Amino acid sequence: MSYVSDSSSLNKALRQQYLSLPQGHSYQVTYVWIDGSGEGLRSKTRTMDTEPKSIADLPEWNFDGSSTGQSEGRNSDMLLIPVCMFRDPFILDPNKLVLCEVFKHTREPAESNHRNSCNKVMEKVKDLHPWFGMEQEYTLLGVDGHPYGWPRLGYPKKQGPYYCSVGADRAFVRDIVESHYKACLYAGIKIGGTNAEVMPSQWEFQVGPCEGIEMGDHLWMARFLLHRVCEDFGVVATLDPKPMTGDWNGAGCHINVSTEQMREEGGIEHIEKAIEKLSKRHVEHIRVYDPHGGEDNKRRLTGHHETASISDFSAGVANRGASIRIPHRVGQDKCGYFEDRRPAANCDPYAVTCVMARTCMLEEGKDLHELE
Amino acid sequence: MATSASAQLSKVVKGQYMELPQGDQVQAMYIWIDGTGEGLRCKTRTLDTEPKSIEDLPEWNFDGSSTYQSEGSNSDMYLIPSAMFRDPFRKDPNKLVLCEVLKYNRKSAETNHRHTCKKIMEMVDHQTPWFGMEQEYTILGTDGHPFGWPSNGFPGPQGPYYCGVGADKAYGRDIVEAHYKACLYAGVMICGTNAEVMPAQWEFQIGPCEGINMGDHLWVARFILHRVCEDFGVVASFDPKPIPGNWNGAGCHTNFSTKEMREDGGLKCIEECIEKLGKRHNYHIRAYDPKGGLDNARRLTGHHETSNIHEFSAGVANRGASIRIPRTVGQEKKGYFEDRRPSANCDPYAVTEALIRTCLLDEEGEEPVDY
Repeated sequence: MSYVSDSSSLNKALRQQYLSLPQGHSYQVTYVWIDGSGEGLRSKTRTMDTEPKSIADLPEWNFDGSSTGQSEGRNSDMLLIPVCMFRDPFILDPNKLVLCEVFKHTREPAESNHRNSCNKVMEKVKDLHPWFGMEQEYTLLGVDGHPYGWPRLGYPKKQGPYYCSVGADRAFVRDIVESHYKACLYAGIKIGGTNAEVMPSQWEFQVGPCEGIEMGDHLWMARFLLHRVCEDFGVVATLDPKPMTGDWNGAGCHINVSTEQMREEGGIEHIEKAIEKLSKRHVEHIRVYDPHGGEDNKRRLTGHHETASISDFSAGVANRGASIRIPHRVGQDKCGYFEDRRPAANCDPYAVTCVMARTCMLEEGKDLHELE
Repeated sequence: MATSASAQLSKVVKGQYMELPQGDQVQAMYIWIDGTGEGLRCKTRTLDTEPKSIEDLPEWNFDGSSTYQSEGSNSDMYLIPSAMFRDPFRKDPNKLVLCEVLKYNRKSAETNHRHTCKKIMEMVDHQTPWFGMEQEYTILGTDGHPFGWPSNGFPGPQGPYYCGVGADKAYGRDIVEAHYKACLYAGVMICGTNAEVMPAQWEFQIGPCEGINMGDHLWVARFILHRVCEDFGVVASFDPKPIPGNWNGAGCHTNFSTKEMREDGGLKCIEECIEKLGKRHNYHIRAYDPKGGLDNARRLTGHHETSNIHEFSAGVANRGASIRIPRTVGQEKKGYFEDRRPSANCDPYAVTEALIRTCLLDEEGEEPVDY
């Protein structure tokens, strides 16, 4: 039997009695940020006297960066700048969740704060109306680190029956997926859908279409909600791109991209131009498609299990073994979007959308130079 | 332990999340039959407004290389919404959407039997064909052994279990009750349930359904069963002979009638149909399970209330025959007849299509006619 956390066996009906206590004119606002690892999320909560109606109502805050791998003890204060607000699906209205950017005491962006430069690039390309959709794959583990629902000291039957499956012998831990979907809808996250993935205990949700900086904001908050939902049930979500070695699929974060021109009639021409530009910057992209400069993706992008090999760039219509896939429908309609299948599940969506915009949407030389 | 690890997760916590309001947004779960012709797959998308009818639901696509339906290099397959139901798991306004599968070139996928079934049904519209299918199934633990059976053995021999009550006779009733309610909520035409002869085996009946609705309602009822079982942590099997030896198999007896059969003197029409069916036994056997008759060969032995797979027979109130005419029908000289040959894992589109072709379109011989 799989292992859940001790916390999850605490009495949830009892918890509900406390959480349903009225709170008068006090408002709980939870600040969420990305820590020094570039993958981990942290949060803490404060009480406010009035309900924040927009980001402008939310004050700056700070935290101890030496406890999150972000600064030294003797100069530890780091700044939290609210950037995106959502409804709180755990303690409910009128309480809020607030995604924040992290700054050093010098007011420079922290090392893992990729939102700052992403935002600058998105400003430059905003007239192109870039839309993104990201397909977040993840694996659910027990607290012992073994995939939840797998036989304790072994492996399930090989892949084949699990993708989009139904049934207790094929779809594991659907409760998490259902709860997370509802939580995202409540919070205001643009969650587009969910499905069971090829490896058992692996799932996917899609966020989008989001324009510009919104992609990173919504995906990071969706990840926070996932970890929080899993915590409630006593299981663990991992975004590791290759959690199980052997004949088991990895976990990616395929990104779908389009500009207004690509979506209009004849847009396939712009899609093909973008792919051409991408083909010349494969190494640069791989470097930012996971938080370890490509090292994580090396374990996943092998050329097998519906991935392209990390050392080659390729593109094709309806081809799930290529780096870039043009959906069949797009190939026929001659307009739409393309899918970059290279980003790892633990990528930073700000870094991914930023490099995508830089390569495909900025004029070579001039704009890039302005940004440096 | 016989139930899944997932079933141990807190349903109180889940309930709290499932009650969260979702504004105007609607979750539509698209369901389809995979390359095996037996397995069901599903994935969900968010819609901005509630779909009121099938026309409001967009086409979608999926990775056919992961469902035994295409190659990785040309993997996109299309999902065409065909029938919509309320979602008993996520509740209103969310929907379950049964879909047909098309290949990349927009031709029917190999296991998409709905496509031709619909054409055939349209040809005989005016005869108002009604169907009722009796879906038998076995509940298994996640270890593959029937639920409630001793873990390395067998219960007492068959006899006390059919329509039984009591913890020593009825295994897994919670699933049956939950499934019944879920089907009623969804709008599936479920007309009854009963415990079956083998312990941990149950039956539900879907119908009367006209034409293409039979296949639609039965496939969605099967999906709901798998989903309910998943929630409880057990597995529903439609294998036609899950336990060899002196244990019943699982079928999907199909009841059939036309307007003419239901009217006074309809028995004559029933007998004429049975005559036609008698001449085309092999064609029907091939259509009555997803492996061209191989699955049914394990079940249709002539014992355990089945007819022998190699012989065609018919009789009033005879459960050992291929076709049974109910006693009341024999007396009132009108009504319907029951084809007891289809296997529990049959495709209802293939079964209903075969009955129409032979009985109403007067087809003969081993192959279906291409109209």
